[in-house]
Amino acid sequence: MKSEQQYIDIFTDCRGMIDQHSGGALNTLRDEAFASFARLGFPTGKVERYKYTDVPAAFEPDYGLNFKRLEFPVNPYEAFRCDVPNLSTSLYFVVNDSFYDKALPAVTLPEGVIVCSLKEAATKHADKVTDYYGKAANVSGDALTALNTMFAQDGLFVYVPRKVVVERPIQVVNISRSDVDLMVNRRVLVVMEEGAQARLLFCDHTVDEHRFLTTQVVEVFAKENAHLELYELEETHVKNTRFSNVYIHQERDSVVSHYGITLHNGTTRNLTDVVMKGENATTNLYGLVIADKQQKVDNNTLIDHAAEYSMSNQLYKYVLDEKSQGAFAGRILVRQGAQHTVSNERNANLCATKEARMFTQPMLEIYADDVKCSHGATVGQMDEQALFYMRQRGISLDEARMLLKFAFAGEVVEAIGLEALRDRLRHLIEKRFRGELGRCSGCAVCG
Amino acid sequence: MLEIRDLYASINGKEILKGINLTVNPGEIHALMGQNGAGKSTLSNVLVGNPAYEVTSGTVMFNGKNLLEMSPEDRAHEGLFLSFQHPVEIPGVSMVNFMRAAINAKRKYHQQEPMSAADFLKMMREKRKVVELDSKLANRSVNEGFSGGEKKRNEIFQMAMLEPTLSILDETDSGLDVDALRIVAEGFNKLRTPETSALVITHYQRLLDYLKPDVVHVLMNGRIVKTGGPELAMEIENKGFDWIKEEID
Ligand SMILES: Nc1ncnc2c1ncn2[C@@H]1O[C@H](COP(=O)(O)OP(=O)(O)OP(=O)(O)O)[C@@H](O)[C@H]1O
Ligand SMILES: [Mg+2]
Repeated sequence: MKSEQQYIDIFTDCRGMIDQHSGGALNTLRDEAFASFARLGFPTGKVERYKYTDVPAAFEPDYGLNFKRLEFPVNPYEAFRCDVPNLSTSLYFVVNDSFYDKALPAVTLPEGVIVCSLKEAATKHADKVTDYYGKAANVSGDALTALNTMFAQDGLFVYVPRKVVVERPIQVVNISRSDVDLMVNRRVLVVMEEGAQARLLFCDHTVDEHRFLTTQVVEVFAKENAHLELYELEETHVKNTRFSNVYIHQERDSVVSHYGITLHNGTTRNLTDVVMKGENATTNLYGLVIADKQQKVDNNTLIDHAAEYSMSNQLYKYVLDEKSQGAFAGRILVRQGAQHTVSNERNANLCATKEARMFTQPMLEIYADDVKCSHGATVGQMDEQALFYMRQRGISLDEARMLLKFAFAGEVVEAIGLEALRDRLRHLIEKRFRGELGRCSGCAVCG
Repeated sequence: MLEIRDLYASINGKEILKGINLTVNPGEIHALMGQNGAGKSTLSNVLVGNPAYEVTSGTVMFNGKNLLEMSPEDRAHEGLFLSFQHPVEIPGVSMVNFMRAAINAKRKYHQQEPMSAADFLKMMREKRKVVELDSKLANRSVNEGFSGGEKKRNEIFQMAMLEPTLSILDETDSGLDVDALRIVAEGFNKLRTPETSALVITHYQRLLDYLKPDVVHVLMNGRIVKTGGPELAMEIENKGFDWIKEEID
């Protein structure tokens, strides 16, 4: 039996239950999503954007699904010892895919700002959710987005009204918690109205030793002159599989920066699609991957320059040790008429062992004539001369290697706008390189 | 302090050192001269344990210990320092972190506690003064974008920080302007003690005017073919190496 069949069966059997425990726009889109998924099936290695991750294999094992939304007993503050403390954030928790409303932050958000359960928003703020839900995500063309849309029952809704500036960063800790191997389908919708500004930090953690398979679809709408910094920090265990599809729509003069940091994981596949619909928009995509053991990280980006004077920057850096495997494919599309586009893409990789492998594939497709585009990719080893220079000064080989890796990763860390996160990350990355983060906080799987 | 006996070494299968014999006693300064490609840098790299070089035979004792069996970092901890002919740039590694790692590794080796941040920064400041190293350089990445002369000055700054007992200076004078050479050489002399020794590789007399070597060696084709006093360096400055070649033939 092909592995998609079990998901088709589950959906058909459980449709009523799924709808019953969700609501509004989430339910409306399921039929369309199901039709897409049934038509597409899981992407094989022949599908260009999925050629570096074996999707059917990831979905083959038997995972439990929690359509009835039974609560797993959890006290997020106990289950999760926050690795990014003292950040002065408005801190929220999402347990599996459920927005956790028993531990809401004491601080109040500015007038009109909404941070809540997506399921709740689908009825309480039905108009807002209906206007945007599924409008950026590629439900018809991407099988995993279709799958997520079939099954997603809850997640997060963030709404920032016109001209409202949210000073305090909004931190959302996604906790994977279960007593059985679990599949989670989480959905996130972020709407930034005209001139709105916010910083969002998503931290992903696994707190049980069970296997987790998480699909996540994030839709971001940045209206005219909206500013959003979106940070995603993954710190999960080696038995975690993550499929994250982030879709960003940008109107004129908007600025969106996305930072994807994989500090510890199992198998990760991140897709980031940006459409720059309005002129003079800016997109920054940063990625930092630190992997060892047999971890796999695959980042796939598409920046669609569809209007004039838009600017995009991409910097993805990988530090691959032991038998880890990385992939980066970044496609830049400059459409006809998107004159004066400026686009830079860089992917630099450090393979610390001969067994570590990196696949890199920058792609430029330009249909306008007055543009400035550059792209480049490098895969390098440790600089032997630098290592020896340090050893001559008395620095041990391990320490010297750590310093080189840290220096390599530093470029992405320094690009982080949130100062407290930047400081914290330096510390976490150093711990990671020293092998002190070999097991993620709160679990005993990787040890 | 340093005893090299019948040392043979090669790189990429090519034999470069062909039977080196050399003894350096505490407090002595030895100059090592020789034409380009003679093997001077090869000898310094072999002494500090660069894994790119292979020692094929011979022994090297350092303060009674078998140097060739030690890792490069342990050789450093035991007091050996090389001022590189071509210092390496390490982008992204700050001078401060680099030096802190080096100092604390040495302290750990000698079973001492790590240095406090305050003491360390004070030490950086003091040692910078010895070679008049610009504080801006000390705040940058290791050698990154440093001029040729700045790199050499930085080498002696590191030497000042690490307080080695035997320093090998491989063409530290090349790249330094006249004033910088004086500052660096005087800084070096300030760091000297009756116990510290040096092996100074140079092509020119000028540096030796400051450092006043006790012994001068000439390396040719991987062997030390002539040893003398300071006057030998003067003679080479005036006449070159041809007369030595003829002497051997
Ligand atoms: N990686 C290598 N492979 C082959 N030959 C090498 C390699 N490195 C150095 N050599 C050779 O070894 C010989 C000695 O080089 P070395 O650098 O020790 O000379 P040197 O005496 O320091 O010269 P200089 O005064 O120019 O610095 C040279 O002929 C050089 O070409
Ligand atoms: Mg040389």
